[in-house]
Amino acid sequence: MSIILVLIPLIAAFAILAGVGKAKSVATIAATLNLFLGLGSVFCWKASIWQFSLEVLSKPSIHLSLGFYDGMSLVMVILSVLVLFTAVMSGKCPEGREKLWFSSILLIGAGGLGAFLSTDLFFFYAFHELALIPTFLMIGILGSGDRKDAAWKITIYLALGSIILLAGLIWLVSASGSKTWLFDDLLASSISPDAQSGIAALLIVGFGVLISLFPFHSWAAPAYASAPAPVSMLHAGVLKKFGLYGLIRLYPMVSTGMQDWLVWLIVLLLCNILWVGFVTINQKRLDMMLGNSSVMHMGYIFLAFAALIEAGSFDANPLAKPAAVVLMFAHGVSIALLFMLTDTIRRKTGTVELAELGGLAKAAPRLAFLFGLAGMASIGLPGLANFSGEVLVFLSGFNNYGGDFFSPVQVATILALWGVVLSAVYMLRAYRQTFQGPVVGNTSSERVDDFGLFCQIPAGILAISLLIVGIYPNSLLQFLDEPKDVPLETEQASN
Amino acid sequence: MPSYLLEIFVLVGGLVLLLLEAFTSPKRKSAIAVGAISILCFSLILLFFAKKGFGNENVELTRFYAFDPLARFFKLFTIVATILTLLLALDHRRIISKFTANPGSEDGTGEYYCLFLFACAGMMWMASAKDLVSLFVSLELTTITSYILVGYMRRNVGSLEAGVKFLILGALSTGFLVYGIAWIYGATGTTDLALIGERISDKNSTYLLFGLALILVSLAFKVGAVPMHLWIPDVYQGAPTPTTAFLSIASKASGFAIAIRVTEPFLNSSTDLAGKTAFILAILGGATILFGNLAAIPQKNFKRLLAYSSIANAGFMLLPMAAWQTASDELTSKQVIAFYLAIYLVVTFAAFFILAVIHRNTGSEEISAFEGLGKRHPLLAFMAAIIIGALAGLPLTAGFWGKFLVFKSAIDAGLWFPVSLGFIGVTAGFYYYFQLIRAMYWRTSLNEGSLEIKPIAFRSIAGLTSLVLLLGFWPQPVYWLLKNIN
Repeated sequence: MSIILVLIPLIAAFAILAGVGKAKSVATIAATLNLFLGLGSVFCWKASIWQFSLEVLSKPSIHLSLGFYDGMSLVMVILSVLVLFTAVMSGKCPEGREKLWFSSILLIGAGGLGAFLSTDLFFFYAFHELALIPTFLMIGILGSGDRKDAAWKITIYLALGSIILLAGLIWLVSASGSKTWLFDDLLASSISPDAQSGIAALLIVGFGVLISLFPFHSWAAPAYASAPAPVSMLHAGVLKKFGLYGLIRLYPMVSTGMQDWLVWLIVLLLCNILWVGFVTINQKRLDMMLGNSSVMHMGYIFLAFAALIEAGSFDANPLAKPAAVVLMFAHGVSIALLFMLTDTIRRKTGTVELAELGGLAKAAPRLAFLFGLAGMASIGLPGLANFSGEVLVFLSGFNNYGGDFFSPVQVATILALWGVVLSAVYMLRAYRQTFQGPVVGNTSSERVDDFGLFCQIPAGILAISLLIVGIYPNSLLQFLDEPKDVPLETEQASN
Repeated sequence: MPSYLLEIFVLVGGLVLLLLEAFTSPKRKSAIAVGAISILCFSLILLFFAKKGFGNENVELTRFYAFDPLARFFKLFTIVATILTLLLALDHRRIISKFTANPGSEDGTGEYYCLFLFACAGMMWMASAKDLVSLFVSLELTTITSYILVGYMRRNVGSLEAGVKFLILGALSTGFLVYGIAWIYGATGTTDLALIGERISDKNSTYLLFGLALILVSLAFKVGAVPMHLWIPDVYQGAPTPTTAFLSIASKASGFAIAIRVTEPFLNSSTDLAGKTAFILAILGGATILFGNLAAIPQKNFKRLLAYSSIANAGFMLLPMAAWQTASDELTSKQVIAFYLAIYLVVTFAAFFILAVIHRNTGSEEISAFEGLGKRHPLLAFMAAIIIGALAGLPLTAGFWGKFLVFKSAIDAGLWFPVSLGFIGVTAGFYYYFQLIRAMYWRTSLNEGSLEIKPIAFRSIAGLTSLVLLLGFWPQPVYWLLKNIN
């Protein structure tokens, strides 16, 4: 039945292209159906009814196999349906471009959902690339600012990243000796340590480009800034999580090989957090700032992954995987909300230059409240989802598994903590510039009206999810692997 | 039914049609094409009943002619490719008749359709050639027909220039081939490829390697690979579009069919000649990929772009040969090449049909002629976008499977150097193919108004595009076609 989750947006996209019905209504209906189906799956995701498998090629044996592989898939699917729904509802489609606009959004959403639902490595990879052409078209045609360069840049970067990743995946499968590309078979097999190291390098670089790991991150901020709001929401919120999801999913197969690259990864993720953090502080435009901040926050999730590598297995560091997944969810929701609100600001005031904004809270208090909430979430204020994620990340990172006085990941965690300060600096500064201070011409109440009720629904859904996960992180953690009851000391002793 | 009757049937059918052509009124020359298509469709049906002929009654001829699953696959491929070429030629006949005997009438187009039958018969024979002599003869039958097909638009300077270039380089490559055959014959005393395989030893390996290198040069001409790739852009651009499609698909495929036959004994041999042959092929493949893809980047003409892309594809198909795999749980190298070619046929023909539609409507084959297609004909533009995605090798289109399997076989064999060149090539491919998507959707066109597509072209494009999508999700049908190849 899980294939329905992919088919609904896919069929709706083709229906829109074929001119069936009004584009917006079709897209809204499809996204709403998907939202209910996705959220409903929470109650029965372990049921076998969700599994779907069809052998599409017998040599090499590849299956179109979909289902919830584990709780991590479920959380990512919830994230995808939430963001897809809100992406369809938000943004303003230019006149006469409804077909392109809504079908592209649905195709990108279908790609994300397909990737997270796939239980076969091949389709896990293939679905992700479904988003490439729609993204290229949406940024190139309907983007703003330096749209053409941004569209080329994201396309070439993602294509290169994907192809490096493909090499890693092919090598992974052939080294594992597995007969099929199913996760089940792959994770049950083992790879010789020699091959693991090379595979791990290809996976880190390949996935890294897609996640915007430093120094492969320069495509992200301009693309998100130029893209129409729904594309930035889906890409920063959902598709970028594909890489991290893949790294965590495949990690058990290359756990030894990843050790070789741990220090490199730590250096790069610290660059993500600190270097890009400082770059973010220096941004003069709201959309560029958000784009960079989303790059920066990937560093935290990588930190959880580094903690996992250092510990050596999921069991040895039971916090790392839940930490990464919760933070992926939280970041996805908060960045989607922020991009949506930024787009609203752009449409209401005509600018996102921080210098040209000010005092917007007077004219649009509801907008200001929501932006404030999402911004605080993004900084990591307790009570909001990102805090749960970041606390878990730091806790998982500060466990010393290296045995030294300070293990590399521990040092990285201490340094990464400064990232919180950096995000507070840029986010609060942006908030002050935009919503507080004297009212300027662009933001006077004659020009700007507040957030309409219709726009509040999607924003409200995202904000409420942030609150729920923030106050009650167990709402997500219950789906993830149960932490074992073994006390930490015994575990270390046994290693 | 003995399989060699198939070639005879196609050949005789072509001769009869040529005869009938003389008595057909100038307005009804398209009937010849319909006749040719019927002959080929009939031989397609016959192919399913074809059996290995000869038995014991004619031992001498058995040496020249093989009918194994590989031959069957390539015969099927050739017939399907020729049928599609003839459909394309039907769709394109206005433009061909503009540059032939009596411009304005279809007077000069009749023979054009018959020639494809002769070339088709030659290629079907090439698929079965298992002796260097029969290989040479069948190759010449195809090549000499191709010279006429390339220079067919005799009132068009481009077509004539292409014909001359093709002729001179073709003659040169024939020289290489004959010289190579002579060396191999000298070293082994036979032209039978199976016997050659048995007689490879460390003693004669130097002469054999030299002979093989010469033959590879000539085969590189046939498939459009480095070092004999330079003719491709000019000839493809100048030739009539159906000829270009025929050269870049059917001719390339039969080139690979004989390349497999010729290199197989060497790659299978237990001497160090196997490694050396694979090394040469890997170098050629890597260089071809790099050249084809990088030179495609600055192209402004879509037909020329397709020419470079066909060079690049030849490079990709050389990789599985370099990563020679025979019996294992995975697809063998021959199967990977066949798989790649089957998908290449679908995708590339769709691209040529789209090119022909654009050419007829705008009179130009430049990429700029695609500008504004998204507005002028959204459906055609959408199908073109899918085809371009498949050419670039996007997953969930058929095009991805070919590249995927090629990379898989190369990575399994550890050919990291050509594979990394392949990655550069694929990434460059995204750039130059997406130029077309950019032209169709980002740019606004000067030529407004709707586009005229004939039903024949529209149905072909729609059918091939659906096939590209279907095979993208479910490539098993291709596997069924080639599962017996060992």
